[in-house]
Amino acid sequence: MAINKIVASVDEAVADIHDGAVILVGGFGNIVNAPSCLLTALSKLPAKNLTVVSNSGGFGIEIWGEHDVEVLHRTGQCVKHVVSAPVNPLIVNTLEKRVRAGEVEIEIVPQGTLAERIRCARAGLGGVLTPTGVGIPEIEKGKQVIEVDGKKYLVEVAIKADFALIRAHKADRWGNLVYRGTSRTFNATMAGAAKVTIAEVDEIVELGVLNPEHIITPGVYVNRVVLRS
Amino acid sequence: MAEKIRIDDQTMALRVAKEFKDGDVVNLGIGVPTLASNFVPGDREVIFHSENGALGYGSICTAGEGDPNLVNAGGQPVEARPGMSILEHAESFCIVRGGWLDYTVLGGLQVSEKGDLSNWLIPAKKVGTIGGAMDLALGAKNVIVVMPHNTKDGGYKIVKKCTYPLTGRRCVNLVITDIAVIEVTEKGMVLREVAPGWTAEEVQALSEPKLMIAPDLHEIELA
Repeated sequence: MAINKIVASVDEAVADIHDGAVILVGGFGNIVNAPSCLLTALSKLPAKNLTVVSNSGGFGIEIWGEHDVEVLHRTGQCVKHVVSAPVNPLIVNTLEKRVRAGEVEIEIVPQGTLAERIRCARAGLGGVLTPTGVGIPEIEKGKQVIEVDGKKYLVEVAIKADFALIRAHKADRWGNLVYRGTSRTFNATMAGAAKVTIAEVDEIVELGVLNPEHIITPGVYVNRVVLRS
Repeated sequence: MAEKIRIDDQTMALRVAKEFKDGDVVNLGIGVPTLASNFVPGDREVIFHSENGALGYGSICTAGEGDPNLVNAGGQPVEARPGMSILEHAESFCIVRGGWLDYTVLGGLQVSEKGDLSNWLIPAKKVGTIGGAMDLALGAKNVIVVMPHNTKDGGYKIVKKCTYPLTGRRCVNLVITDIAVIEVTEKGMVLREVAPGWTAEEVQALSEPKLMIAPDLHEIELA
């Protein structure tokens, strides 16, 4: 039986996302790197009490013409957001309104720490020691401080997620992925960092077309590939 | 007496860019800092890093042009340059924390005389964006903060002690505002440059801590 991770539709790709799931959402402040088709499909599911992990808090379909992570706040599906850039100077997003209304829990994480806590999950590490946040009460509180060679570090634990929703440019049926420019960002970081990684792509190519020297995400990190639609 | 002006965002960015030497690796934060990539002379090879994973990119593209798959930290399309590389996010922050950055340029809400920086949360707003700022403030060899000298209602942003939540402690080396360039030293803040028409006394009056005056105090060059 040949390996084939390609699924027929975005609805099928997200169908088993369940209540209470922890979901990594790729991208960085721009719609071309967001898994917008997967997010749209997820927003139609009954799944609730979701914990979402993403860099940004979202801008909304009015700005982009497609859904970003904002949609999970509009539906109320997200009850906790682990995030580095929840708000932005351009608009007041739904996350910001929900935080003020006490409707959503927020865990603010420095961006490098967020990336590394996600990478840890893929790498089989329990966490990392980072100097970022040492002496900053909002970040340090509740965390272990370890001294190595006279320098203080925070213990930042791996984020254990159920699903990773990511966006890539091209894929093959093994799930090998390549990206475009800065759209690689958190997408490649999150691939393989959850029990199930689902990649939404612009194009699916025959196995062997992607140059092994250029593949950024090896297919073993990816469970499902779906063409954007 | 010369007309007193507050320099605009573009001129602050131009002043920032004068700090960079050939071969420097420079991260630019969102807002005025990102503009600095436009002001480096073409023959000077400064390697600009953007937290979202571009290393060695060029100027910001003209509005409406460029590729949305090649953007700076503020989401603005930038030009590709020969030698540029792309990094996934964890790798991008290896550059940040690993000591590879000669400079980072950040926005600021408050800078203290000891070089503490607050730039992520106005407490009354309950929620703010940290983004890459905490990693950058501790990881870069030099931290430049670009901000208006005062709040919209005339309050101090150059302060004795930060009252907003901190981004980093004793991390800021240089502050560039719309009226002054101030260096943070072990002994305190040194006023190095003033905007055209301003006196040291006038800048001091708009700053909370006592500023030392550089022996070679001069006007900020506008070009």
